[in-house]
Amino acid sequence: MDALHGLLGFVFNAELLSQYGWRLLSGVRITAEVVLLSCSIGFVLAYPICRARMSRNPLLWGPAAAYIAVFRGTPLLCQLYLVYYGAGEVRPWLTGAGVWWFFRDAFYCCILAFSLNTAAYQAEILRGALGSVARGQREAAAALGLSPYRAARHVVWPQAFLAALRPLGNELILVIKASALAAIVTLLDLMGQTRLIFARTFDFSVYLYAALIYLAATEGIRRLWSRMERAASKHVRPVELPRAAVPARRGGMPIRSAEYMPPG
Amino acid sequence: MSAAGLLFGPDGWGALLLKGALVTIALALTTVPFGFGGGLALAGLKLSRWRTIRALSEAYTTFFRGIPDLLALFIVYFGLQALLDHAQEALGLASRLELSAFFAGVIALSVVVAAYSGEVWVAALQTVPPGQVEAARSLGLDRKRAFFLVVLPQLGRVALPGLGNVWTVLLKDTSLISTLAVTDLLRAASEASKNTTRPILFYGAAAAIYLVFSLASGAGQAMLERRANRGIA
Repeated sequence: MDALHGLLGFVFNAELLSQYGWRLLSGVRITAEVVLLSCSIGFVLAYPICRARMSRNPLLWGPAAAYIAVFRGTPLLCQLYLVYYGAGEVRPWLTGAGVWWFFRDAFYCCILAFSLNTAAYQAEILRGALGSVARGQREAAAALGLSPYRAARHVVWPQAFLAALRPLGNELILVIKASALAAIVTLLDLMGQTRLIFARTFDFSVYLYAALIYLAATEGIRRLWSRMERAASKHVRPVELPRAAVPARRGGMPIRSAEYMPPG
Repeated sequence: MSAAGLLFGPDGWGALLLKGALVTIALALTTVPFGFGGGLALAGLKLSRWRTIRALSEAYTTFFRGIPDLLALFIVYFGLQALLDHAQEALGLASRLELSAFFAGVIALSVVVAAYSGEVWVAALQTVPPGQVEAARSLGLDRKRAFFLVVLPQLGRVALPGLGNVWTVLLKDTSLISTLAVTDLLRAASEASKNTTRPILFYGAAAAIYLVFSLASGAGQAMLERRANRGIA
């Protein structure tokens, strides 16, 4: 009985929640702000990077390829340190340029580092999606006399968007997970508040609460995205047969859920 | 002091960075057998006949893939320490049992990498037709041999691209261990930049070394894939 009580106390601690719950909530708000801002800015940056990467001009694709390799090939934490601590080193110069207020703030440094990082990943996602649209589609559009803008707007993008939807959802989840690094540069996001509460109470369960909140966010987005994808791909999905028409699979390995996202 | 002097001079920090780089590689390489092996075991559980085992292994994957890697590392790291403290109390030992930060880091990384690579193994296992195992069994191989001699050799080729992705994630995730008092590449760069107030130089150097590791991994992966696909595609 004591053991059970102990376990319950470990998993659910009402006192901890009533005293520190508001801290967790304010952490959630900061995390949400960081994620939404970084993802949107990253998306805006991703398109020109993607176009530059796909260009035949080496002066365009060279730098774009280097940008993508650097931001995808080094740890985000290292990039964050470079922005946050590196800004301190060139402070006189930044003050002269009138942007020190930006780099002084851990919040803005996180937004900058995360946006630059996710832009590299999103650019590759867009490139993959544009590459997945068959060449003949563009040629057919051109043969029908569509202007390049109309071909892009009505033929290429609707198809590319469908291909990009799932990886972009994955990227959003990755940014949520990566945003926890903000805590290391003193930002009081969900992870930062969690560490602070743990330092004050030495109550391990606060880490589990934080995990549940992150899990709810990432799982929620995964499911939402699955639905969005289903809705957006109605016209290209094979017709679903009624259940009885599908031969039952007996024994052996269960069929993997089609909704499961591949890693990365 | 000049940048070159700070890095390569007699009192330079290059040696510390190099040592840190070796620790980073050692962390990643030590994690591979546990992480990838654990992932394969996890994949086996996911394809189990028993629903409870399937549900538990799915829950493990969902949990560790759904929370930030940093949080997972903290949970495993502090959780392990709490377990050891309980064990010390239960055994009535006088001194506190402590885990070296390096091995705690390896265990924590393995837990996360197992969750990621498990998905890759499941997908690979499903490409091996059931007839392969049936044929092996009918030839008199026991289950263990059928797996190690027939199924496993066919998995590598299919799993390679996915495992390569997980490896690059792992390589970058080792940097999180720097927050747990292990002097890996990133922490070495932090120490150097605190002592010299030249963060751009040292974090830049660390980033360059990480980039070399990533590019080399990419090249190595391409080579392995070419090798594994000989005579097939």
